[in-house]
Amino acid sequence: MNTWLALAIMILTVYLIRLLPLLFLRKELKSRWLRSFLHYVPYVTLAVMTFPAIIEAGETPLAGVLALAAGLVTAWISGDLFIVAISCCVVMFVAGLF
Amino acid sequence: MKDQIKPMTAGAWLRKGLIDGFPICMGYFAVAFALGIAAKRIGMSWAQAGVMSMGLVASAGEFAALVLLESHAGVLEIISTCIVVNLRYFLMSCSLSQKLSPDLPLYHRFFLAQGITDEIFGLSAAVDSWLTPAYTYGMMIISIFGWTLGTVLGVLVGNILPPSVTAALSVSLYGMFLAIIIPPAKKDRFIGALVALSMLCSWLFSILPVLSKISTGFKVIILTLAIAGIAAVVRPIDENSGTGEKSEDTAGHPETEGGAA
Repeated sequence: MNTWLALAIMILTVYLIRLLPLLFLRKELKSRWLRSFLHYVPYVTLAVMTFPAIIEAGETPLAGVLALAAGLVTAWISGDLFIVAISCCVVMFVAGLF
Repeated sequence: MKDQIKPMTAGAWLRKGLIDGFPICMGYFAVAFALGIAAKRIGMSWAQAGVMSMGLVASAGEFAALVLLESHAGVLEIISTCIVVNLRYFLMSCSLSQKLSPDLPLYHRFFLAQGITDEIFGLSAAVDSWLTPAYTYGMMIISIFGWTLGTVLGVLVGNILPPSVTAALSVSLYGMFLAIIIPPAKKDRFIGALVALSMLCSWLFSILPVLSKISTGFKVIILTLAIAGIAAVVRPIDENSGTGEKSEDTAGHPETEGGAA
């Protein structure tokens, strides 16, 4: 198949996956369970994606562990997005030098 | 609700979005650069790779797309793989729908849909009140730009960045995830336990014999359904808090909590 055509099919498919819930869930859901579930979704999803992937992102596992520690500490203390992200980057880079 | 005084103007939200989107942009750039190198390897032009990134805005989804393109997959295989690999966006979209005011004009939903990525969703869902679309748009503008540019440059100039820099940049995405989940975990023990449990299960899935065969996309979906589902039974959100409190929150707390409580 033509690459452009394949790309068009993929882009349309993925867009619909993202669009349909936004389009059809226009009111606040009645079910308390469902609302609670959706309330907890981001925390669980992001936690699952962060660990242990962050450990594997480094050139060595130790670099990943150090970056994770830096992220946890700065997120606990400041919570500022940029500071936390930069701290992780710097620690990962420095740890990669050794 | 529409008539209530908005604590921040749309312009201020847009600016906040651009600022908060900057680390996303950096992280995206690094990951996209690697993606561009891989795209070139299977013979994609910079234009094709750029369109792919701007259109799909999905990391795992695009690596899967490369596999599909390389193997000249048929239409059904393309569609089914895209659905499976990107299914978590469906969940995120459901979750985000509850952050949108019923008064929000419909067209916003068509634009916001394209911004549902792990990072932009994470930040959009983390605002205390109803989501102001301008915030998400600000993040989308800068981060999709970085994502697309990174892919194109990856194709064009391949191996300029040393691996240590790419690795360091890519970890900024995880830093952002931590910045989103740790401050609420600090304030609310239940969410803290939830985060810890999620990480533990995720780790178990990566080392246990059968479970480690499951793809990352599926792992995220399975664990999200299971853990958030159980959490909703164990501690349903109060009728007067969480999503239900939004309108009062908007009026009561002029500043959104960036976590710096």
